[in-house]
Amino acid sequence: MKLSLNLFRALLFVLGPALFAGQQSDAAGNQDSYDISPAPFQLDVEIDLAVDKVPFEPGDFIFDHIGDAYDWHLFDIDGKHYSVPLPVIVYTREKGLNIFLSSKFDHGQATYRGFRIALAGPNEGKIVVATGDDLSDPYATRPIDLSITKNVFGMFFAAFIMLAIFLTIGKSYRRDPLNPPKGIQSLFEPLIIFVIDDIVKPAIGGNKHERFLPYLLTLFFFIWINNMLGLIPIFPMGANVTGNISVTLGLALTSFLAINLSGNKHYWQHIFNTPHVPVFLKLPIPIMPIIELVGVFTKPFVLAIRLFANITAGHIITMGFFTLIFIFGQVSPAFGYGGSVLAVGFGIFITFLELLVALIQAYVFTLLTSLFIGAAVEDGH
Amino acid sequence: MDLITPDFGLFFWMLVTFMLVFIILKKFAWKPIVQALREREDNIRDGLENAEEAKNELANVKIKSDKIISGAKIERDQLIKQGREIKEQITTEARKEAEEEAKKIVEAAKKLIEEEKVAAINQIKVQIASLSVEIAEKILRKKLSDDSVQKELMNSLLDEFKLN
Repeated sequence: MKLSLNLFRALLFVLGPALFAGQQSDAAGNQDSYDISPAPFQLDVEIDLAVDKVPFEPGDFIFDHIGDAYDWHLFDIDGKHYSVPLPVIVYTREKGLNIFLSSKFDHGQATYRGFRIALAGPNEGKIVVATGDDLSDPYATRPIDLSITKNVFGMFFAAFIMLAIFLTIGKSYRRDPLNPPKGIQSLFEPLIIFVIDDIVKPAIGGNKHERFLPYLLTLFFFIWINNMLGLIPIFPMGANVTGNISVTLGLALTSFLAINLSGNKHYWQHIFNTPHVPVFLKLPIPIMPIIELVGVFTKPFVLAIRLFANITAGHIITMGFFTLIFIFGQVSPAFGYGGSVLAVGFGIFITFLELLVALIQAYVFTLLTSLFIGAAVEDGH
Repeated sequence: MDLITPDFGLFFWMLVTFMLVFIILKKFAWKPIVQALREREDNIRDGLENAEEAKNELANVKIKSDKIISGAKIERDQLIKQGREIKEQITTEARKEAEEEAKKIVEAAKKLIEEEKVAAINQIKVQIASLSVEIAEKILRKKLSDDSVQKELMNSLLDEFKLN
């Protein structure tokens, strides 16, 4: 089979499972009848000669999807990679600021302006400063890398969607606050009210919650919309943004700042001089303050890990079911057919579950942040 | 390893994106939305309170009107009763008066009749007297046409005087 298996994974995620069976029958039949029309995103083409000899690696495939990348891989046809190049922004003291498209790297095959993508070592898959002609130097140093990667781009898109939705809604609220909600407004109003009345208000008592509403609403919808967009496998959606530890750590940092910058006297007293605790736990060895201080950092850190793990796990499971098709298909095409029914069924089930998880994780992150803020601004008891 | 190693670039862009989204939405979305929701909430609450008030007022008005109606009914009944009493009184009085009047008239009539009777009797007496005198005259004239009879009468009259 000259037609690469990559075709299938590409079609699967670009066109969706419904078209899958038809494409496979084409592949099983006459390969010449397959018309490769120039794709609109065909900006960079590379012929992968080794593709037929390499067996399908589900692990690589899955981690390729959930990881970050310098270009947005769309699909492969006949060993050619079709991807959207994204801007690379790197800075080193020697070379200064360099901005160019990731297509210059030729999928990691080329060095450009003294930079290349490491193929091995601790920085595998990242841009490193090229040392000589050796493409496989595992210990090449990293420049300051502010590239618009796949996840950054996906996040920009989510941010754009958020702005488009909420600025529109905000305008209609501003125009006539007493009017009943209409259109997209009535879709989001229950969610906004849910966040306000069922998450923030009970968690942050009194009238203090209002100060935190803008942040918590942004947090909730940022997580939720990124989660949802991550489930749609069509460019420019489908980046695993909230399943990336950098993003969740960033969110946790905002949560950490929101909690600790709003902490009042009682909050800090509770940390450094916890009431109702025997003195020998505080002096001479400050066991309690140390534990409390560690807690200050672990609370948001756990938020980051929870969101990252849940979303990544969801993506891995979904992808796992779809890779089953290719694993079965390698045994025999008929087995692949049979397996696809099962895999698509499970895939649909998991995707529905992920829709729920997307909302639940946004809810949990917002709720816990609200509770921590609530504890930080609480008056002494 | 890549999976759990934070990447500075992505972290940086994440913070920038989130902060920008936060600042823009705070100003142009969350503030008007939260304010509008609160306004609407207040509006609905006020509306419900007003409705409740109006309901109570209506109930009060109904109680009042019921009171007025029942008062009017009582008054009407009283008026009817009074009217009946007055009517009764008037008839009784009128009857009494009429009776008295009748009695008076009858009495006056009786008195008149008595008087008339007395007068008639007196007249009759006078007439009888004159008639008797005339008769007596006529008789006397007839009897005194004879001298002897005259003498005898004289005598008898003289006798009567003597006796006296």
